[in-house]
Amino acid sequence: MTEPLLSIRNLQVQFRADSGWVTAVDDVSLDVGEGDCVGIVGESGSGKSVTALSILQLHDRGTTRMPSGSIQYRGDDLLRAEGAALRRIRGREIAMIFQDPMSSLNPVLTIADQISETLRRHQGLTGAAARKRVVELLGLVRIPDAPRRADEYPHRLSGGMRQRAMIAMAIACKPRLLIADEPTTALDVTIQAQVLELLRDLRQELRMSVMLISHDLGVIAEFAQRVVVMYAGRIVEQAPVAELFRQPVHPYTIGLISAVPKLDSDAARLTLIPGRIPGPQEDIPGCRFGPRCAWVQACCRDASPSMMSVSDLQSARCPPRVVALGAPHG
Amino acid sequence: MVDQPIVQVRDLCKTFPVKHAGGVSTLHALSGVNFDIKRGETLGLVGESGSGKTTAGRILVGLIPATSGTVNLFGHNITGVDAKAQLAAVRSRLQFVFQDPYASLNPRMRVGTAIAEPLDIAGTYSRKDRNDRVAELLELVGLPRNSIERYPHEFSGGQRQRIVIARALALNPEFVVCDEPVSALDVSMQAQIVNLLLDLQDRLGLSYLFIAHDLAVVRAVSTRIAVMYAGAIVETAPKTQIYLSPQHPYSKALLDAVPRADPAYVRAPVVAGEVPSLLDPPSGCRFHPRCVFVMEQCRQEVPLLKCSGSDRRVACHLFGNGGSNVRETM
Repeated sequence: MTEPLLSIRNLQVQFRADSGWVTAVDDVSLDVGEGDCVGIVGESGSGKSVTALSILQLHDRGTTRMPSGSIQYRGDDLLRAEGAALRRIRGREIAMIFQDPMSSLNPVLTIADQISETLRRHQGLTGAAARKRVVELLGLVRIPDAPRRADEYPHRLSGGMRQRAMIAMAIACKPRLLIADEPTTALDVTIQAQVLELLRDLRQELRMSVMLISHDLGVIAEFAQRVVVMYAGRIVEQAPVAELFRQPVHPYTIGLISAVPKLDSDAARLTLIPGRIPGPQEDIPGCRFGPRCAWVQACCRDASPSMMSVSDLQSARCPPRVVALGAPHG
Repeated sequence: MVDQPIVQVRDLCKTFPVKHAGGVSTLHALSGVNFDIKRGETLGLVGESGSGKTTAGRILVGLIPATSGTVNLFGHNITGVDAKAQLAAVRSRLQFVFQDPYASLNPRMRVGTAIAEPLDIAGTYSRKDRNDRVAELLELVGLPRNSIERYPHEFSGGQRQRIVIARALALNPEFVVCDEPVSALDVSMQAQIVNLLLDLQDRLGLSYLFIAHDLAVVRAVSTRIAVMYAGAIVETAPKTQIYLSPQHPYSKALLDAVPRADPAYVRAPVVAGEVPSLLDPPSGCRFHPRCVFVMEQCRQEVPLLKCSGSDRRVACHLFGNGGSNVRETM
């Protein structure tokens, strides 16, 4: 296997709180290969967005720190990158889109102005050349009537069109990696389907790798090739999408998949995971899912479990289950 | 008397004035909505943003007045000339639960006081009866007794929604409007609240209007479904019929757009276009600009909700006794 594009190792992220530093993300290791499409799924507080923000260091530096771990992008350690080097990577190599396009767009600049800014900064395009490229990009994200839409202000566009404009801006410099943090969560379901289809097409056309972050297992199942499941700041399972849904290993993954209400079932009562998601400040000895787990054993409370391989492609942070499945090694 | 619907909505219309630089325009939020809800039944009202589902719910509980049409609750017309008196007569028999439980709770009011507030306003409870009732309500929604002394911020989102439900049930309502009650919750919490609502319905014989954009959740809770689009109901039927064989092209497009938590699922082509502006809705059928079956008639004539099968009503020129009944291609 060739060197992955992005490689995160043992990342820990902490936030400053009244009581000192609390750990929001712990021991996160994952790879994104060239042309890969990795989905990160988890509920509130799972650390999925925090992990994504760490890649481009978009956290508030005063209240966030990354005491250990590394994030390698094509051989460079992003956590050691500063100023100019980081700015070169942001936007040009790695681009990011967020849930709410309205808060990512400047309300007093037209769409064309905002996309041109990226083009000027990274590609030195100005005037007519920049304008031509803006219209081309808006066409690429399938905004109808692109030359006219380019001169609109964000509030004049619908939510779906704004997200398309954000995507146009993100792909303006043909990044190798696009990080999409809940890109369709604020959109209606028919518009969500359109935007996912667009992202899928663009991934192929531009040969980008994509990291998609979502709380919605449906979106993940449809879009991702490989899935990382997070719970309470840690990765609990990693697997190719087909394996994850066919044979989930971690009890949380199993719970999450069965808790999703099914469109093709008339069953009234939904399967639930008892208890609630712990906050980052809660000190839970051993496995953080232990208090909610149906398979919990004495050993789960003793030590924090580590990731164990189930097969070459699948691993889970649940030694009892991995052993029970007769997996070859740890 | 048994089969007499407790809620009857006829030709309900609602317009809102929208001020802008050029004057005042009219936003057509609801255009001729009809539905019934029988005792013990749950009507699931589904649709995307701007479909009018929330507006319908708010009119039903008397939070906003209708522009025209009638709403009959327990035989009282709350939209007639003596609307105020009629609404007062049924007020204690209706309740509502909204999406964001935190916005529905006063952060400085203890949970016990909040739940007792409807009892205090009713003023017919002795001190002891009031306290007994609060304890009983907490038990009903599965919250510990010591919650009485605590404040809303001490609870998770799911628990806060339980508090809101307990308060809604204080005066023994018969009909509850639930507007996106689980949309703000994580999947594992969603299931807990959905199951609670179903248990309460069984125990107390409640009827619900369940408004939601998540079609899978709606399928779990509803008896019947009404699909709304741009201010009108396009199809209504028992839930299995809607989910297994949607007739209206929009119902089908909506179901097709939902991502399935199944990597092997192959999605049907995504519907093009976006929801129209309600300031200037399309002529004829409001879905016609996005519909793949569009005919000349659709551009001119507004389709009425007509019987199509024993218990189904569809507003589409392709179906119903007024339509030409072509359906081979769907």
